[in-house]
Amino acid sequence: MEGHRRPIELSQTSHNENKGRRHARFDTDRNPMIGWPHLSKTSRARAMILIGAVLALELLCRSGIIDRVTMIPPSEMFAALWQIIRTGRFNQDILFTTYNIAAASLLAIAAGVLLGAALHAWPRARNVVSPLLSAYYAVPTFVFYPLLVIAFGTGRLALIVMGTLFGVVAMMVNTMLGLDHVPPAIAKTGAIMRLDPIRRLFLIRLPAAAPHLITGIKLAVAYGVIGIVAGEFILATAGIGKRVSLAYDNFDNKTMYGMLLMLLIGVMCINGLLTIWEKRLHRRFGQR
Amino acid sequence: MKSNKLDQVLLVIAIFAVWQLLYVAAGPNVISSPARTLTRALELLQTSNFWVNAASTGIAFGTASVLSIAGGVVVGLWLGLRQFAGDVADPILGALYSLPKITLYPIILLIFGLGLSAKVAFGAIHGFFPIAIFTMGAVRNVAPVYYRTARVMRLPPTVTLATIMVPAALPEILAGVRIGLALTLLGTLIGELFASTSGLGFALIRATDIHAVPDITAITFLIFLFAASVNSFLHAIERRTLHNA
Repeated sequence: MEGHRRPIELSQTSHNENKGRRHARFDTDRNPMIGWPHLSKTSRARAMILIGAVLALELLCRSGIIDRVTMIPPSEMFAALWQIIRTGRFNQDILFTTYNIAAASLLAIAAGVLLGAALHAWPRARNVVSPLLSAYYAVPTFVFYPLLVIAFGTGRLALIVMGTLFGVVAMMVNTMLGLDHVPPAIAKTGAIMRLDPIRRLFLIRLPAAAPHLITGIKLAVAYGVIGIVAGEFILATAGIGKRVSLAYDNFDNKTMYGMLLMLLIGVMCINGLLTIWEKRLHRRFGQR
Repeated sequence: MKSNKLDQVLLVIAIFAVWQLLYVAAGPNVISSPARTLTRALELLQTSNFWVNAASTGIAFGTASVLSIAGGVVVGLWLGLRQFAGDVADPILGALYSLPKITLYPIILLIFGLGLSAKVAFGAIHGFFPIAIFTMGAVRNVAPVYYRTARVMRLPPTVTLATIMVPAALPEILAGVRIGLALTLLGTLIGELFASTSGLGFALIRATDIHAVPDITAITFLIFLFAASVNSFLHAIERRTLHNA
């Protein structure tokens, strides 16, 4: 209600005030995607922090304050990563993990959108399960993994099921939130065009919910990565997590830190791309 | 209100029905029946061994919670108030948040050694990032008119923070704390699952080793009950602050 009233109040304020407000808004709206000069400024600071942290770590390791058994210098981590890529000795594991993450994320996204839309259409059921959905990430879902291994074995299936279970609820919740926030005028457009409910959902209401859906996708992918890698780490036959865990057991710090670095870079790339996409959508839909 | 109560009863019935169906489909070698789990859980609650493990997990969880809340709120407030620092840190925090922290556990173990401090550190890094991110977002979302009011009243920064920013941002900060504490519990338990000498996660992995399915299901069930009650307690506090606002 208040949101509707606010613009009227705004238009009643003086011209000057309005101008100042617009200026302030522009300031608070600053984000890396608007305007090149600003992008370079924040990125420069960010790069400096990251480079500083890496250099500090390098110094601490080289000077022996952090001993080699605990951590190897970052330069050696990069060398180890380069070696892993050049020799290709873990290509199978990298492929295994990538495939699992992709499968779990896609399954979680598809199932999450469908289940979310179904629950949105059936408010009675939504009311019943909503406490479960809101408490889902409050309970350590991961302790299910031993049971999944007993049920599906130590292969790919248990991992993908774990990753999907981890991500699907985030997608469901965001789908429902997105559908809640579709403006009535847009929803009515579908009715005016006399589309059937299914088409109205897929052609109009879901695309209109895109800013929330992308948040759900981002979370589903993040949870997929956590579920898969954690599963591989604790109990699996292959994968990046398995290699890290083996290297830890064998005091093979080069392999361990090389693989961890690869994982870190991979996750940051995926997350960065999804964040750019999210920001773009939010800007297009006039939100931040 | 009445239908709300009915919904809760329906939900509990549905959960137990699905559980019973899973039991019928998968058999006692994979999962215990609800009835068997409840009796086993009651038996466990009367053993001193269970309480030793529960206390161990509880101490680790409590310490990690305090550390992650204190660190997360302070860092989040600072980043939220400094536009530039916040812009710089936002994607870094986001990336660290979405990083599967389980892979950092070997490093934590190498630094802290086996024992309580490794569990606490692992739990705390799980909780720190969401709390910092939510607090930062909360402070940034505070309506600009509040800042201007504070400036019109010429409040000093500390008073602005204590009487305007924190109360205005409190519901969102508490939402972050709720999510952060859930992850802290997850981190503590995963730490115990992977390498530990005491705690509920340790009991769980020992039960898995000897394939004691009733024990696995009962401990999982008790952990879930604990996590759900922590969550609903924090939810209740959050709702109170929302009503006050």
